[in-house]
Amino acid sequence: MGVNWPLEIGRAIALTVVMFTFLAVVTAMLGVLLERKIGGWIQSRLGPKHVGPQGLLQTVADTIKLLQKEHITPQAADVVIFNAAPLIVAVAGLMDWLVIPFAPGAIVRDLNIGILFFAAMASMTVIGILAGGFASNNKYALLGGLRSAAQMVSYELPLAVGLIAVAMEAGTLSTVGIVNAQIRNGWYILYQLPAFVIFMIAATAEVNRVPFDLPEAESELVAGYFSEYTGMRFALFQLGEYAEMFAMAALATTLFLGGWSGPILPPVVWFFIKMYAIVFFFMWMRWTYPRLRLDQLLNLSWKLLLPAGLLWILITGYRIAF
Amino acid sequence: MGELAAFIILSVITLASAVVVVTSGNIVRSALSLVPTFLGITGLYILLQAEFVAGIQVLIYAGAITVLILFVIMLTEGGTGLRTRQVNEQVPLGMLAAAVLALILIAVFSGTEWPKASGSLPQYTAAPIGEAFLTSAVLIFEITSLVLLVSLMGAIIIARRER
Repeated sequence: MGVNWPLEIGRAIALTVVMFTFLAVVTAMLGVLLERKIGGWIQSRLGPKHVGPQGLLQTVADTIKLLQKEHITPQAADVVIFNAAPLIVAVAGLMDWLVIPFAPGAIVRDLNIGILFFAAMASMTVIGILAGGFASNNKYALLGGLRSAAQMVSYELPLAVGLIAVAMEAGTLSTVGIVNAQIRNGWYILYQLPAFVIFMIAATAEVNRVPFDLPEAESELVAGYFSEYTGMRFALFQLGEYAEMFAMAALATTLFLGGWSGPILPPVVWFFIKMYAIVFFFMWMRWTYPRLRLDQLLNLSWKLLLPAGLLWILITGYRIAF
Repeated sequence: MGELAAFIILSVITLASAVVVVTSGNIVRSALSLVPTFLGITGLYILLQAEFVAGIQVLIYAGAITVLILFVIMLTEGGTGLRTRQVNEQVPLGMLAAAVLALILIAVFSGTEWPKASGSLPQYTAAPIGEAFLTSAVLIFEITSLVLLVSLMGAIIIARRER
């Protein structure tokens, strides 16, 4: 195989730096600011207002503060696992973005197992969360970690069902292939509305957001699995979480809203408009609905979403075959 | 050249974390070490151009099976944080058995003539795998799902009885 290995490795490192910067700035910093502003708006408050014009620099200031903070490792913690856990979450969040096409040609790598890769990487987050919850040696953290494991394992199935329905419709697992199929046939939200609904519910649960935020339920578990984390390690957990949420929004854009396609404006602008619309939807849900109970959460996944999803796969298969 | 380097790095990752799995006194660490082991094997699959199997390996083994193992450990009383002994008094006997097995395996592997498969690899392995599941390997596929269904029902029955 004629692969230039030093060049490939150099390219991989450069792309990692670019993607990480992109994620830290666009998803985590801007995401937190948006969350607070939209939350304020929905609750008739102002949100952050003092740092910079209209509070725009609030999260920049917060990030600088977090960078300077001391790392505290609890005495009874399992040090190696404790320190590795935030990295697993952040890296898993980062890896999701490898298969997201921002515009024609603007993708890190168009894998022919694109959405399978995405699902696999998204499923790695839970290991970081579980490890962090265990290693903290704190009952709230452990409970948060266990809740997260139960929740994420349950919701991976409906998520995968949503992905499978789209893959069947497009006849490919490649994200670029799926966008191209939508440019030919129209957005899949029209053909695949049930899959879209299932995907969105499962994605909200997968990224541990309200109404599915049991793993970090502030009012019950302090902050769940990251109670014991301070400074940059806490920030890495936050980064991983926001990167994952934006990645889910980007994937929903790619799978159901036609990705980069759209008239007049350049493709990458269309991509970001659609992605932020879905991000707004996630935030809207967060500030509107109360948290579910654990049994309601699991019942919703196993007794409603999964059977409905399987039925929809059957219908999709029938439609394609006949 | 690069492929060889990748193979060696992946093998070292796989084997080193596998050693931690079987020697660590802390079973949570053992379980977590399974993750790099599985990921190393995923890398080997990618080197073999079996990208679909690699994706499934991460999704099922690294993502789901490890979480299941961790979940069980953390829910089991006294399972966590204890110094569990992974070896017993029969170390010499075990080493002997392992050495004999290794010898037999090496003899078999070096004695077998490995024919090169004819034809080229398909560009895109997901579709042929799916096709095989529903045509030539349909019986195996269905029986496997039946076994999984039975174990699923068994788990539910066991969980019910405890109530």
